[in-house]
Amino acid sequence: MTERPHLAVIGAGPAGLAATVAAAAHGLRVTLLDSAAQAGGQFYRQPADGLRARRPQALHHQWRTWERLRDALDAHVKAGHVRHLTDHHVWCVERGADGFTVHALLGPEQEEPVSVPADAVLLATGGYEKVLPFPGWTLPGVLTAGGAQAMLKGTLAVSGRTAVVAGTGPLLLPVAAGLAAAGVKVAALVESAGPRAFLRRTGALAAQPGKLAEGAGYAARLARHRVRLLGRHTVVEAHGAERGGSEPQGRSGGEGPSTRRPEGPGTARLSTPAVPGTAGLSTPAAAPGRRTTHMLAAVTVAALDAERRVRPGTQRRIPCDTLAVGHGMLAHTDLAESLGCRLEGTGVRVDDEQRTDVPGVWAAGETTGIGGAALALAEGHIAGRSVAARLHGHAPDPRTWAAAAKTRTRLRAFSAALDAVYAPPAHWAEQITDDTVVCRCEEVTAGAVREAVGELGAGDLRTVKLLTRAGMGWCQGRVCAPAVAGLAGCELTPSRRPFARPVPLGVLAHQHTHPTGRGSS
Amino acid sequence: MVVGAGMVGAACALYAARAGLDVVLVDRGPVAGGTTGAGEGNLLVSDKEPGPELDLALLSLRLWGELAGEFGTAVEYEAKGGVVVATSPASLAALGRFAAGQRAAGVVAEPVEGDALYGLEPHLAHGLPGAVHYPQDCQVMPALAAAHAVRASGARLLTGRTVTDVLRTPGGAVRGVRSDHGDLHAPAVVNAAGTWGAELASLAGTTLPVLPRRGFVLVTEPLPRRVRHKVYAADYVADVASDSAALQASPVVEGTAAGPVLIGASRERVGFDRSFSLPAVRALAAGATRLFPFLSDVRAVRAYLGFRPYLPDHLPAIGPDPRAPGLYHACGHEGAGIGLATGTGHLIAQALTARTPDLDLTPFRPDRFTEEAA
Repeated sequence: MTERPHLAVIGAGPAGLAATVAAAAHGLRVTLLDSAAQAGGQFYRQPADGLRARRPQALHHQWRTWERLRDALDAHVKAGHVRHLTDHHVWCVERGADGFTVHALLGPEQEEPVSVPADAVLLATGGYEKVLPFPGWTLPGVLTAGGAQAMLKGTLAVSGRTAVVAGTGPLLLPVAAGLAAAGVKVAALVESAGPRAFLRRTGALAAQPGKLAEGAGYAARLARHRVRLLGRHTVVEAHGAERGGSEPQGRSGGEGPSTRRPEGPGTARLSTPAVPGTAGLSTPAAAPGRRTTHMLAAVTVAALDAERRVRPGTQRRIPCDTLAVGHGMLAHTDLAESLGCRLEGTGVRVDDEQRTDVPGVWAAGETTGIGGAALALAEGHIAGRSVAARLHGHAPDPRTWAAAAKTRTRLRAFSAALDAVYAPPAHWAEQITDDTVVCRCEEVTAGAVREAVGELGAGDLRTVKLLTRAGMGWCQGRVCAPAVAGLAGCELTPSRRPFARPVPLGVLAHQHTHPTGRGSS
Repeated sequence: MVVGAGMVGAACALYAARAGLDVVLVDRGPVAGGTTGAGEGNLLVSDKEPGPELDLALLSLRLWGELAGEFGTAVEYEAKGGVVVATSPASLAALGRFAAGQRAAGVVAEPVEGDALYGLEPHLAHGLPGAVHYPQDCQVMPALAAAHAVRASGARLLTGRTVTDVLRTPGGAVRGVRSDHGDLHAPAVVNAAGTWGAELASLAGTTLPVLPRRGFVLVTEPLPRRVRHKVYAADYVADVASDSAALQASPVVEGTAAGPVLIGASRERVGFDRSFSLPAVRALAAGATRLFPFLSDVRAVRAYLGFRPYLPDHLPAIGPDPRAPGLYHACGHEGAGIGLATGTGHLIAQALTARTPDLDLTPFRPDRFTEEAA
């Protein structure tokens, strides 16, 4: 019997799982690599076993879909067609003359190298949260919205007692609802788009009764918890107070602690943490040289006018000890770019079969553009079917995935409509004071970025980085690039990051002296 | 009119302005957007054999010292010195002969062996036979240096403008450039377009055979300073002078003021191919960990690439082009453009103001290749 062709799937979220199951069901051997300890990705994040959650499904919708995927994956693993490699941190995919080599780092310290050869690769690397800075955003107590949600799903614990949820995007509603359900007092949900715009029944939005019901459901839950909904509002500043004290300190906490090297390696966790406790935008544990620790004590919010500019005189203060903030999502495209895949906007460009323009490389889910879990499932399914057919030497018949294709079309239109609704305040960069730190790894202020553009001749993200060091640190600009682009008035171009995560020089050196068979071009 | 806002163009603008000229600096991208932004900022004499390039390097280093006094810490200038390490007794002997020649040409080159070597660089691999210490080698942060030189020049900076043609009089003299934002007139045009200098030369109806030689630089996570000098193996000199198209990767290892260790750079002739090459960075990592074993446990956080502009005889083109009166060339410095920029700018300014240049420009004549071809 000839051996099944071998597909490597990178990422075990909705897209990667759907692809793995579809590909294995159609005659492929699949290696599924993921950095987490369990399958599910960010969307189906599971509480650690040790926590013995009684009703984890209470935190998730589409629990049925997840159970079906998980059971199918287990069956394929048992049958020997799927190998699920957990705690594998992929740092590069190498293309060679006779296939691909996926290079990963294993173990808690990410030091042990693992190489997986494959005939084809499917990138399902997901997305990460975009956060735009504002004065005070580096204070302890400020988290990403996704980070807050991850803590709810992963550890069933929350850090604060009074929270404000702010920013823009469809993630804010479930985060606010989740926090409220977990017993946190949610003082306000501050959305820079108008909530009525979200619920208006027009075009693609009207074609999504399920999604609208979902939104209305959250809204009802928020109403039950008496959460104030502040549509067309924005947070203009976060205020700190000395730990235990009550005197607000303005934005003196702006010079936040260094994030030069988080407590564990791994870049993604700065925005979408894999480990509880590192979810924050701030790292209170690592505050060398600071005499006093300021904690979040309040935020100032302001209304936006019809042009989405801050309306003067509308500022008001809301006391809180937790601020969960997010401004939408960005695609993880590092692996795709190193492979030479063309991007479209900020996502990987794919055709109707989810193929990238590099032969042998498919992509599905958020990495091709942000669209949510249901879209990722459809894309993953199509990708898995397509790879299976292509690796068996024939063109796939799209009629076999007609239902998934229909879902894909519908949800892509829906997410395009959402993009039009959700947007950060116009001219948000004007609200950022010169002393606000925008790149936390290298502690670069907004003033330094403005000087590089205005006086030193920088014109794009790369030269701003060269002249200020913004984006040169541990996270390689994944967190600060949107902010720097906004401040510099230049386009948010994906910067090239050959290493999807930091890799020990010893690992590279060893591969020089002991080359692996594939991917040696 | 200087075309190209990299380090060489910035230095040309600075010295021309200081010679009393009214300067316009044009670039299709931002300041330092090309090879300057992808460089390490090496100001080296250690890798140069006696000859015109070394003379230019010595002049340039003196000028860099003056600029450093002016710009202060803003350009991260460090007179850290270089240490060239021999990896075998045979290479030590060859290195000794090379250094003796350099000393005769005015370079400070001090042989170091045994404990003295580990006194200079405590974390070097054990058992190395010896090295030569070059205290004159220095470092700057190239993008910052270019940006501050442009600002200090007071030149009118026009970024985001692509030169589409070189304007000439009926008699053939250069009178300015045409850009995608309109014509810009000037009686003298300096080609400081670096790796893209051949394109500009051809727009002016002349030729300059500048070609790209790709290099990768590896950057580690920030560390406390453990590598004190620019440290490289003696094989590096042979790599620099090599005419081979194949990958060469004896790395220069150095710590930086900001913390990361830079490991650069590979050399290969693959045209303007921007794709990432794992073999190139693996070779760099292998060379670096051989010199400094502690680096094995240090993480590379990024790698970037650039294209060095090289000419067939590995010397830059500096000076007026007799084939196109009014056109001056200042490009083709290969991997040494940051180091040689100040001397180049100074010599160009002297040529523009019809003064006798401090160095004989004959070896750098831009039309030297056409004669060979004929």
